[in-house]
Amino acid sequence: MNSNSNNQSGFNITFYLLIVPVLIWLIFMIVIPHVEMFISSFLVEDDMGDMVFSFANYIEFFSQKIYWLTFVKTAAYSVGVTILAFIIAFPIAFYLTKVTSKKNAGFLMVLLLIPLWVGELVTVYGWMVLLGDHGVINHALITIGIINEPLNMLYTNFSMVVGLLYMSMLFMVIPVMSTLQSMDDSLIEAACDLGASKWDIYTKIIIPYSMPGITSGAIIVFMLVIGDYLAPNLLGGKNSLWFTEQIYNSFLQTFNWNEGAAFGFLLLMISSAIIWLALKLSGQKLEKVGS
Amino acid sequence: MIRSLPSSSLYRIGYGVYVFLFFTFLLMPLVAICVLAFNDSNFISLPWNGFTLDWFFSESDERQGVFVDEELIASIVTSLSTGFFVAVLSTLVGTLAALLFEEEQFRLKGLLYFLALAPLVIPGVILGISILLTATSAGNHIEDTFGVDIELFRPSYWLVVLGQFSFAATYVMLLVTARLKKFDRTLEEAALSLKATRLEAIWYVTIPFLRPAIIGAFVVAFILSFSNINTTIFLIGSDPTLPIDLYSRIRFSSTPVLNAVSFLVVVTISALAIINLFVNRSNK
Repeated sequence: MNSNSNNQSGFNITFYLLIVPVLIWLIFMIVIPHVEMFISSFLVEDDMGDMVFSFANYIEFFSQKIYWLTFVKTAAYSVGVTILAFIIAFPIAFYLTKVTSKKNAGFLMVLLLIPLWVGELVTVYGWMVLLGDHGVINHALITIGIINEPLNMLYTNFSMVVGLLYMSMLFMVIPVMSTLQSMDDSLIEAACDLGASKWDIYTKIIIPYSMPGITSGAIIVFMLVIGDYLAPNLLGGKNSLWFTEQIYNSFLQTFNWNEGAAFGFLLLMISSAIIWLALKLSGQKLEKVGS
Repeated sequence: MIRSLPSSSLYRIGYGVYVFLFFTFLLMPLVAICVLAFNDSNFISLPWNGFTLDWFFSESDERQGVFVDEELIASIVTSLSTGFFVAVLSTLVGTLAALLFEEEQFRLKGLLYFLALAPLVIPGVILGISILLTATSAGNHIEDTFGVDIELFRPSYWLVVLGQFSFAATYVMLLVTARLKKFDRTLEEAALSLKATRLEAIWYVTIPFLRPAIIGAFVVAFILSFSNINTTIFLIGSDPTLPIDLYSRIRFSSTPVLNAVSFLVVVTISALAIINLFVNRSNK
């Protein structure tokens, strides 16, 4: 769509009215902060108290086993949780778009959106209440006599993964639903008439068709999980260190902001790299993820 | 397997059970929180000791209810007002961005659009620390040069607003863009050919068409702000938002008052979601 006759005057006031606020947003809130973070990550305080250029923050990261081990573990767990989120969420997205009635689907969508809107803190707290040693689940299991001693569920990798899945899987359901909505039912009917098994229909027709939604969902889930702090911090145990916790420690406990900036930059690099790889493998564009 | 096809009863029952388990998993934590908000106990656990409203109204030292706890009330007010300003700012800029990227052609458009989408794939922690670093060094620079200390450049209320705006605007842009794609451009062209200026055409024709999306985006921006913690935690000054306040309470001293606050949040959000459902139905 071209702009209109105003173009001929050479000064299109509407265009500037639109672009100036957007430029202020993007330059001051996105571009400059990231450049600043990148620069800070190469600064350390010398003996005189001046900031000097150095690779020390990055050397610290690679020489301390705990840092890079946490880094690798965080990335690996995030990929794992993303895959789990797909397995759990896909049948639900399919159910809501193709199986149940429209009216039911509307009601179930509301149930889906409530935990999303309530916010992560409240839901993580809910899992603490459920999974604790004296929590609801242990209490119920002991009361009905299945176990005698409370199961140790809270503050383990298990509870952390439950929390991460819980807060992220809805972001898989929604994009998959929007691609499935545009899928013509007759594709599935035709396959069924021709005698395809259910497994074949899922793996050869439905899943390939919904790949754009799956990719969008996977990228958002992955980003939320790798950047999450609450679930690892409140639900994870001593062994469930998450890389974001290292960043929080650098900023809010040891006040070594430059080291924190280096960690932040590394986190940004690994998440961008994995997202880029996912986009390449699936032949998608970032522009599509938003829609 | 779909509405129009018959399938074996084993398959249907299995699928039904899975969906049921999924929604149980989804609602379990919320139900547990809400029920325990009324338990007459000083600890957040079962057994059930009877019904009480102490965690909402009691003024005793041992049990201080939500509506009596001034700190909690203050953080709720902070969250509400932060959410309001974030929603106003990001709705404005996000809508302008949607119009810009949908209706205008200019150099570097692809790059700018990429930057506008970036907050979708940048972890909130990174936005928080990068904005904190930038604001602090700008603040220090201004203080060294002009000798004035500007509060905006320190962790403070307005820095939180800006930090949350930085990503909320992206979501607004996407929601408004989705509606704008359905807009019949000839309406705008008709206005232009009737001698409206471009600005008038946008204001009187395009914006009214976008109104439902803009209102929806405003609500989404508010909710994003109200529940955010990852970005906020770095930018917070002396007045905590509700999630920050709850977070520090959970870490140091949990009492069922946390359940009572969570109950209020869950009820408010559920009411909003149900209203949203009925509004959508009556629109169809």
